[in-house]
Amino acid sequence: MDLNKLFKAMLVAVPLMALGACSSTSDSETDASGSMSGTGSEYGTGGIETGGAGAVLSPVEQQRLKEQELRRQNIIYFDFDRSEVQSENAEILQAHGNYLVENPNVRVLIEGHADERGTPEYNIALGERRAKAIAKYLQGMGVQPSQMSIVSYGEEKPLDYSRTDTGFGLNRRGVLVY
Amino acid sequence: MKNLAKWLTLVLIVLTAPARAALDIVITEGVDAARPIAVVPFVWQGQGPAPASISDVVTSDLARSGTFKSLDVRALPQTSLSSVNGFAAQNWANVEAEAVVVGSVKPYGTDQYLVSFELIDLVKAQNVITKGPVNNSELLLESRETVISANQFRQYGHRISDIVYEKLTGIRGAFLTRIAYVVVKQGQKSPYHLMIADYDGYNEQMLLRSPEPLMSPTWSPDGRRLAYVSFENRKAEIFVQDIYSQTRTMVSSFNGINGAPSFSPDGKKLAITLSKDGQPEVYVVDIATKSSQRITDHYAIDTEPSWFPDGKSLLFTSERGGRPQLYRVSLDTKKVSRMTFEGEWNLGGSITPDGRSMIFVNRTNGKFHIARMDLATRFMQVLSSTQLDESPSVAPNGTMVIYGTTHQGKQVLAAVSMDGRFKARLPVGQGEVKSPAWSPFL
Repeated sequence: MDLNKLFKAMLVAVPLMALGACSSTSDSETDASGSMSGTGSEYGTGGIETGGAGAVLSPVEQQRLKEQELRRQNIIYFDFDRSEVQSENAEILQAHGNYLVENPNVRVLIEGHADERGTPEYNIALGERRAKAIAKYLQGMGVQPSQMSIVSYGEEKPLDYSRTDTGFGLNRRGVLVY
Repeated sequence: MKNLAKWLTLVLIVLTAPARAALDIVITEGVDAARPIAVVPFVWQGQGPAPASISDVVTSDLARSGTFKSLDVRALPQTSLSSVNGFAAQNWANVEAEAVVVGSVKPYGTDQYLVSFELIDLVKAQNVITKGPVNNSELLLESRETVISANQFRQYGHRISDIVYEKLTGIRGAFLTRIAYVVVKQGQKSPYHLMIADYDGYNEQMLLRSPEPLMSPTWSPDGRRLAYVSFENRKAEIFVQDIYSQTRTMVSSFNGINGAPSFSPDGKKLAITLSKDGQPEVYVVDIATKSSQRITDHYAIDTEPSWFPDGKSLLFTSERGGRPQLYRVSLDTKKVSRMTFEGEWNLGGSITPDGRSMIFVNRTNGKFHIARMDLATRFMQVLSSTQLDESPSVAPNGTMVIYGTTHQGKQVLAAVSMDGRFKARLPVGQGEVKSPAWSPFL
């Protein structure tokens, strides 16, 4: 699959890009890939591996790195028929919010999604309310409304097609797309 | 530009390709309650093999109506019968059916055929033979003769079914109708397809293909245009597309939601949902002038507007009571009244063509099913027994509802009769099928 290739390419590209700007896609599955350290690499030729000591970082730099990590999680999940931002997502949204406040020229698209229960048009309305809840949260942190736009896809773009409770849970989400 | 031309060529190829039945119906419930009828294979009066079988179309139409079932041809006492003149009433004395459909097809000039059919009253025939000789012409319920071209066999078959159905039930047949629906083929570059087909799935044609979601197709009252939601510009927008000329007009592209279009009975306006002023609210927009008028005003979700047949009020879904329920709003006074109280949720409603009942999605014990409510008595009946049911659309004669459901992990279309007794599934080859919309009479 091409996606697989793309994913592998992103393993290399994302940490590099994260230093400058940021990267993410709307249907990205990379958020689930776990953490990735910037040091050490087995990419390259001839089976050569490099190792390295971590730089000595100031607390500010450490925080920045941590937020960089957190920002790679760009999906916020919601409860059934609810659109409140859950407290477990506070850290992730904090990281996105700080970044957007520090970079007022960066814009983010917030997608709202619903699971497949209910009608498609009701789910469009529900998805929009979820996206708006995220926008409001970020605005509360000082992100300018002009930096954010919103689109609701309702139940039209599920991540998971299993139609199980777990699958529904994965589909009820807001996605931050830079 | 080059890409567009390529795309258009592709669309044209698809539009002209001969289409087979993409949606084969599986009747899952209700055959026992159907009324038996005899359809004698139409007699071919030309040279060589017959071009197509009209009687097969009639047989399947009548079965799909849920009202009739055709007797096995092998059990019929006369099988080369083409008109009431050759009808031997005595032979049919013990056949348990209420009527017999007979007919013939013969060449009539280049690429044209003369089709005649007759509907014979078998109940009367069986009554009369006990009293003496039968005058066959008195048994005739209906008789027609028409010249058709080679590509009109299915269409004329549906026409015959319409006549037979109306003659025997008093209700206009809805066999000469179409359905519109969305097919999603994951993995394709443009997964979202807007399709139309004859009501039985034959002559499937693609109207639009897009890399981004297509939603909520709905028919204009003249059956010529479809309104739908497209995300092709990375936001929800409402388009109206002429299905013959392929002309597309963007009707609504405000900030936020542009959704849930529904044509007014005169075809000039659309009721839609917009969230441009904050919450999703119901608006009425004039298709020609694009001027819009806000109808609802509430901080909760208001969406899924649908017209009452008189065009004076709208049915819509609102969360103003805490959970989605159906409400009615008068376009004159903007007065809102709640319609549903039973069940956890009731949403996605529409009024039946006779104006007497309402079809909608009901959620009870966490399960989503299609339900009907009688507007006078407020009696509610759950019709479907499938899973994750949504998007109900009523046939123009009010006898059947087509809707989207999930079967074996896939989105498929299903149909249920207005009394809930007849149930059928329309499986598909590839992709997820959803958002069906039944056309008006064509």
